[in-house]
Amino acid sequence: MHDGPSARELIEAVKNFIDKSAAPQLTGHAAFHARVASNALATVLRELEIRPTAEAEEKARLERLLGTSGESANQLNALLCEAIRSGRMNLSTEGLLPHLKSTTIAQLSVDQPGYSGLKTAAR
Amino acid sequence: MGNVIEIEKPLNEWASAHFGAGARVEGLKRLSGGASQETWSFDVAAPGNTHALILRRAPGGVAMARSSEAVSLATEAALLSATTKSGVRVPEVLHVSPPGSALGEAFVMRRVAGETLGRKILRDEEYKIARARLAKDCGEALAGIHAVRLEGLPALPISSGADQIAKYETIYRSFEMPRPVLELAFAWLKENAPKPDGPVLVHGDFRLGNLIVNEQGLGAVLDWELAHIGDPREDIAWVCINSWRFGHSEKRAGGFGDLEDMLDAYAAAGGAKYTTADIDWWEILGSLKWGVMCMTMYSAYKTGADPSVERAAIGRRVSENEIDLINLFEGLGRNA
Repeated sequence: MHDGPSARELIEAVKNFIDKSAAPQLTGHAAFHARVASNALATVLRELEIRPTAEAEEKARLERLLGTSGESANQLNALLCEAIRSGRMNLSTEGLLPHLKSTTIAQLSVDQPGYSGLKTAAR
Repeated sequence: MGNVIEIEKPLNEWASAHFGAGARVEGLKRLSGGASQETWSFDVAAPGNTHALILRRAPGGVAMARSSEAVSLATEAALLSATTKSGVRVPEVLHVSPPGSALGEAFVMRRVAGETLGRKILRDEEYKIARARLAKDCGEALAGIHAVRLEGLPALPISSGADQIAKYETIYRSFEMPRPVLELAFAWLKENAPKPDGPVLVHGDFRLGNLIVNEQGLGAVLDWELAHIGDPREDIAWVCINSWRFGHSEKRAGGFGDLEDMLDAYAAAGGAKYTTADIDWWEILGSLKWGVMCMTMYSAYKTGADPSVERAAIGRRVSENEIDLINLFEGLGRNA
């Protein structure tokens, strides 16, 4: 498979079209949705860059925390949720909160890198 | 949907009856596109005076099955009257129109001048004095709301902290999207639930966005749709959750002030004496609720009920609430 243009380039091109060509011609609700659409594409661009490494790190942390290996971060997260729900893990579980913090910081770096709570967390 | 023609005639008839012959409606325009509620702005030019007014009306004048927890317009109007008597700054209600009338299910209240946009209130120079007063004003307003006598109020939903945990956990589980931070919050809240306080009248959505602020401070408390009977700390904490600080995280009370000042004003105005630590549990519940609400809005996209990009994108805001929850959990550790 080729990548000329790459997924990144295609998304950048569409985002550029929305920002420079489409959005300036729109008003009201449609203009608002164009801004949201542009932001959504920016999220995808950040995700392409950040997710592969962040998710691999998350999976490694989850395996350490749970003491088991798994197929995916998603599957291990389901196990973690079950451990928390059943009371086997809680706020005083060694390593749990630091893990959740690292994961959430990575997630927000994709989702909403300007969010105020991210700065609070970095303190 | 209500249109100008449908509304203007009965509104003119009411204006003549209320303000006297010759009074007429001017500048009628729809303000919100809210699905559950029409909000219209208009003036009545009466002999010797012009009155700035707002019409709140059920869509098309006919109440539909609204979200399970939203109170009726007649109840909302009754709450405005009851809280006025308790000294809370709210718009004065001039008229309640029953279902089946020419105007439809609706009420008319005075239009209070000022700003509701949180970002402007927290940023603009003209609200500098207001910002310095808002913690005190909000503390007093909440004490007034929570002091309203429950006898004589229309029937309201009853919702305690435990009720809300159960409700939002059911919603969260229905999505089958495991989120460990939310899971931890549910478990921690259940494990550490404080003894219930109240019951009192709870506004249910007391925060910037639903408060009219003028240059001198709080002008009026709006949007009573989520009012219920519950725990006073719910309202105090809701204005504190980081989502409603609009980027001004360092000021726990709404991005405008210190929670200590709001609690002092609350107690001085007759409310209970709470410490900032008493609000922690409720702020965690508030952030968790808002996180689940974001998931709910995203699920409208996922199920195809609302295919808009806005509904899809809001699913990427749940992590905002997750970091807020983590920051709150870390704060508990520091205060312990």
